[in-house]
Amino acid sequence: MLHTFTFDGMIEGARKTFPLMPGTAIFAMAFGAAAAQKNLPFDQMLLMTAFVYAGASQMVALEMWQQVWSWSTLLTAMSVTAVVNARMFLMGVAIQPWLSGAPTWRTILKMFFMTDGTWLVTMRYQREGGTDRGFLLGSGLAMWLLWALMCILGYVAGALVPDPHRFGFDMIMPIFFSAMLIPLWQGMKTAQPWVIAGIVAVVVHALVPGYGYIIAGALAGALAGAYLP
Amino acid sequence: MTELEEFVSGAAGPYLAIFFMVIATFLCRTGGVLLMSRLDISPPLERALRALPGSIVMATILPMTISNGFPAIGGVITAVFAMWWTRLEIVALICGLTVISLLRFILPV
Repeated sequence: MLHTFTFDGMIEGARKTFPLMPGTAIFAMAFGAAAAQKNLPFDQMLLMTAFVYAGASQMVALEMWQQVWSWSTLLTAMSVTAVVNARMFLMGVAIQPWLSGAPTWRTILKMFFMTDGTWLVTMRYQREGGTDRGFLLGSGLAMWLLWALMCILGYVAGALVPDPHRFGFDMIMPIFFSAMLIPLWQGMKTAQPWVIAGIVAVVVHALVPGYGYIIAGALAGALAGAYLP
Repeated sequence: MTELEEFVSGAAGPYLAIFFMVIATFLCRTGGVLLMSRLDISPPLERALRALPGSIVMATILPMTISNGFPAIGGVITAVFAMWWTRLEIVALICGLTVISLLRFILPV
């Protein structure tokens, strides 16, 4: 199969990403507002948004953000991020054959801008016979721009709310996160690992100080998914 | 305290944390393409990765929702039902926040 990389491909990638944009915009605004609630300085919010560029891990990181950092909290933050984003590894494996043969630096660039949504539309494009690898980069760049802009908007809005506790703004993260369970739901069987993850997290949270409970719960859920009947 | 520990606990700390997060995410994004071209993913590993997103959500929100008390629990349950009903994130967010504000207004602190 002959693959190309063109500007037209990038434009098409960006266009096919439009249907995902409302959901991403809301997520980004929720993150920006939650970051403002946590008193994350604007420059740190922007750096995280631009370079981590992975909403779920950014939300979880906010939950465990520190006033004073130590090596152990730094390593916890790094491990939690790695666990939350481990799914991207599988996405990379799935898209790898389509990207093979391109220069490594260009593959790295495309993958830096890849998200769950842009991966999904690119896999669809590939199944329909698309061969222009600009598609993945164009889709990712469009999403990245939207993500950064909406995070800024959400941050400003979140900082303007006078009494955040009264309006429940301190709970934006868990509210938005819990709603994400619905699209992930595929019957009772998918929920089995989730319940185990929740129970383990609550128990570890009660017994062990710090934020290791997120890792413990997530890994327990993954193990349950792998080995439960 | 060593110099290195002082450096981490000072103004550089948050930036280091962001940097560590960037490294972790970058390795997740590129690792699958760059390393796994010659490795197979076993079925249990694939199932584990599939179970991971929902497990992360539960492990993150359940302890903090419970420790935030009744209004938070009510808001989260409302958001899940609103999402199930409408499939719109914005509706889930607004309903959840509304229920939390109401419960916090009604219930004595």
